[in-house]
Amino acid sequence: MNDVILVIDDEIQIRRLLRISLEDSGYKVFLAADAKEGLQESVNCRPSLILLDLGLPDEDGLSLIKKIREFQEVPVIILSVRNSEKDIIAALDSGANDYVTKPFNTGELLARIRACLRFYRPEEKSPLFRNGVLEVDFSTREVRKEGKTVKLTSTEFSLLSLFIRNAGKVITHGYILKEVWGKPFSDEVQYLRVYIAQLRKKLEKNPSSPDIFVTESGIGYRMKMTE
Amino acid sequence: MEDESRPDPDELLRQINISERHHQKGKLKIYIGMCAGVGKTFSMLQDAAKAHGKGIDTLIGFVETHGRAETEFLLFYLPQLPRKIISYKGIELTEFDLDTALEKKPGLVVVDELAHTNAPGSRHNKRYLDVLELLDNGIDVYTALNVQHIESLSDTVSKITGIRINETVPDSILETADEIELVDISPEELLQRLSDGKVYTADKSKEAVENFFRRGNLSALRELSLRLAADRVDRQVRDYMQSNRIQGPWKTAQRILTGISSSPDSAELIRWARRVSYTMDATWIAVHVETPEPVDEKNRVMLNRNIELARELGAEIVVTSDVDIVKGIVRTAKNENATLIVIGKSGEKSFFSRLFVPGTTSRLLKESGSIDVFVVSGSSVNGETGAGFRLPAPQSGIKQYLISAGFVFAVALLCYPLSVYMGYQTVALILLLVVSLLPLIMGPGPVLLAAVISPVIWNYFFVPPRFTFLISRSEDILMFIAFLVIALVTGVLTTRIRQREKVMKQREERAVALYSLANDLSKAEGIPEAVSESVKNIKKVFSADSFILLSESGGKLENTTVTGLSTKELSVAEWVFSNGRKAGRFTDSLPFAEYVYYPLNGPRDTYGVAAVKFKDRNSYLEQESLLENFLKQTGSAVERELLNKKAGRAMILEESEKLYKTLFDSISHELKTPIAAIMGAVSYLLEKENMKDEPVRELYGEINTASERLNTLVGNLLDMARLESGRLIVSLKPCDAGDLANTAVEKSGIKKSVKNIDIVVPEDMPLISADYNLLEQALINILRNADMYTHNGAAVKIEFSFDTSSVSISISDNGPGAPESDIEHIFDKFYRIDRKNTGGTGLGLSITKGIVEAHKGTINALNLKSGGLKFTIKLPR
Repeated sequence: MNDVILVIDDEIQIRRLLRISLEDSGYKVFLAADAKEGLQESVNCRPSLILLDLGLPDEDGLSLIKKIREFQEVPVIILSVRNSEKDIIAALDSGANDYVTKPFNTGELLARIRACLRFYRPEEKSPLFRNGVLEVDFSTREVRKEGKTVKLTSTEFSLLSLFIRNAGKVITHGYILKEVWGKPFSDEVQYLRVYIAQLRKKLEKNPSSPDIFVTESGIGYRMKMTE
Repeated sequence: MEDESRPDPDELLRQINISERHHQKGKLKIYIGMCAGVGKTFSMLQDAAKAHGKGIDTLIGFVETHGRAETEFLLFYLPQLPRKIISYKGIELTEFDLDTALEKKPGLVVVDELAHTNAPGSRHNKRYLDVLELLDNGIDVYTALNVQHIESLSDTVSKITGIRINETVPDSILETADEIELVDISPEELLQRLSDGKVYTADKSKEAVENFFRRGNLSALRELSLRLAADRVDRQVRDYMQSNRIQGPWKTAQRILTGISSSPDSAELIRWARRVSYTMDATWIAVHVETPEPVDEKNRVMLNRNIELARELGAEIVVTSDVDIVKGIVRTAKNENATLIVIGKSGEKSFFSRLFVPGTTSRLLKESGSIDVFVVSGSSVNGETGAGFRLPAPQSGIKQYLISAGFVFAVALLCYPLSVYMGYQTVALILLLVVSLLPLIMGPGPVLLAAVISPVIWNYFFVPPRFTFLISRSEDILMFIAFLVIALVTGVLTTRIRQREKVMKQREERAVALYSLANDLSKAEGIPEAVSESVKNIKKVFSADSFILLSESGGKLENTTVTGLSTKELSVAEWVFSNGRKAGRFTDSLPFAEYVYYPLNGPRDTYGVAAVKFKDRNSYLEQESLLENFLKQTGSAVERELLNKKAGRAMILEESEKLYKTLFDSISHELKTPIAAIMGAVSYLLEKENMKDEPVRELYGEINTASERLNTLVGNLLDMARLESGRLIVSLKPCDAGDLANTAVEKSGIKKSVKNIDIVVPEDMPLISADYNLLEQALINILRNADMYTHNGAAVKIEFSFDTSSVSISISDNGPGAPESDIEHIFDKFYRIDRKNTGGTGLGLSITKGIVEAHKGTINALNLKSGGLKFTIKLPR
């Protein structure tokens, strides 16, 4: 594996920790201590993925994402402390792919990185999607749970497709509503909730304790991938 | 398309205002009779006795029985307020005791004789003002009134009876009344009662019958009072029809216009217009046309009185200026959409002026176009003329007249030896010159005197034969007449010009005064400066002492600037502030004060009280309108400064909020970063598969557990700090109950030790309105607590329920529960039940409580009978 990961974080300890664990997991790692350096490095090293701390000393993480996105389609994972849901949602809505709260479990972080990289690899997109008990055949639009065919309404199916397209990645309420229902409903979280409940009822092994369509507190949902 | 049956919004608003006002205000019931002796007091007391019987806290404030036995009998059963004794010039007068009545705050007070004038030294000059204050304080009042005391009827009554009525109440009080009861008996019956001695004692009765209680008088008065009651009923019916959208025969949008002048007859015209407007259910406008004609002091005072009267009687006041009164009236009538103009018939005019100048009335009739004109005959109604010759009123002192006469004599004396050389005719010219120059230094009176005496002096001393008033030559006679006329005309014209100049100057002075006030106020920074600028301007312009008291915080007046203010004056100021009405010297309320006090109103609120010490009543009357303008500007300036101050405060708060957030974020960042490094490293080490060495693995595990604990502790401390700072922002959003429970369980990490987690959500569970992350944290803390105190085979149940007004979340475990003595302290900060074995900080549950309370919810804990502890959170839906 030759994936290049750029870590932009102002804390030297975190940078060192990430460099060691990521290099040990087979990635090539570049480090940057602030936004300015981060932007330079993102041009120089052409990373496959960026780990970005939101609280940088010289610039707001949000505007940095926008700047990076101006010239390259690189996945970005946000690192942040708790109690900044608003910032996280804003970052996700302005193009970040996922987020991990500090302090993080390194294993969890590595799993997110893998999911993100997979998402950006076009060759893996096949008409057949599998995740645990769930199976979707896009060529026939057939959905199966533990091998049995499940009937979905068209809205449910487009919601499911959105989840599959973003498998493993967090998606915000606003984003889902915009993608599936179009803009006017953007604030109607209740609306979305009803459909999520239906998807869970139809596709989860245990709908009251979901492990495919999991809730991201105050932010949105994520399709959890069983590896 | 207009909906014809739509009720007039203004009218509805008026009714709402009335009913709202009545909500807080006391109710007023007026017993009206045609004259004394009809039994008003008696029926009023009967009603009061009934109210008392119903348990209403009734108090007899002031009732005069005139020794009538029936009335005294009724009074016997009712609690009475002791009268207030006021000694005035050695006489002891008894009055209604307003202060004690307000203090006792009964439900109903009975106060007889509404039109009574209070003894000097009382708070209000008039008793009806006492009554209004009772009503303002939410006390109901029963009162009685004779029809002749109603302002707009008093003229008519004095014409009927020939007796001048001094004690009157404004008509507006009738509209304030919630109920009016007419007490009516026939004149025959009244006369019978009089002769029976039921009204007055026998000797007084005879006198009364001869003077006032004549049958004709009584019938007329009776008609007046019946008509008054009928008008009111009529109006009530119309009000009712209008508010219930019943189409009626009324003519809408009638507007009546009348002119006001300084003439004493104008008052009568005003009352007339008010009566017409009342019976026609029309709004009415009183217009005063200011002409360039000079207005002397006396007339200005009269004019102000008339304007005040019209305002009191509910007119809309319009002041406009025009060279021609008729044009001014017609223009205003057209602008204001008047439908009817009420004017007085022009008075007697000389033959000449009728010949050359058409009368005001006929011109108005001609020029008014489509507007109806109603001409009222009056004894000498001639309010609007103004044109024509008018001698300026004397203003100058005797000294001025002497100087003026002396001057003429002195010049004559000087000319006397010279007249031989220049001829006596030239002397006339010189004297004429003196007369025409005098107005430059003298008032109008002395000038006229000079104009009269100078031809006489000329005649006596210069015209042959000298030292006689005889004139021998006929051309000298002509010369004398010409001299007299020229002197008079010059004198009158120049004084007129000067007076006009004076009026212009006065107007200009007013405009300049207002401008300089506005200018000073706009420059002032801060309330104290604005107030002191205003006081400075008032002192300068009105040459009167003045001060302003403010109440910046609302509530009470604060005296920070004025020293040596007596408590008496201060209490007047406070009364004005809390009642929102002017009072003090020269007014009807609290006239014993030294200053006149006005509430200082801004566009939104009353901010304080302004006091001005006028020299005399006249300067008060003359300058009041200018002063009101001053105070209006000052009030606006104070309000503006107050708003600025508020905005400034909000900005400081916002800045400190921002600073706090920055500080908090950086502390949070500093504390969490090292923990993140430790946990990141350890978790990676633990996941590496080549961790064969058990003791090392265990030690890493210990580091991991310890850092997790540290992380929780830091998190709790930060949460607590945020909660206690009062800066916690709760952003409510609809949250899914199942999601909440699931993520809380996931994040609490209890899954490792608790095997049995049961989440129960009803099928139709509504969304919970909460801040997802805060409520989640609250649940996490409870779950961690449960994890800490339950040990082997622990089970946790999260159950949701709801009713119409609230949602409940209960979390129960199957642990040992808490000792009963500890339960009440369970939410206290740093309180731990078992200090040895648990790793708790003692903060978790108090944070939970803080979060729940920030959601306006409640939380409690109780031991289950089956063992275990149950927490129940209740949040409003």
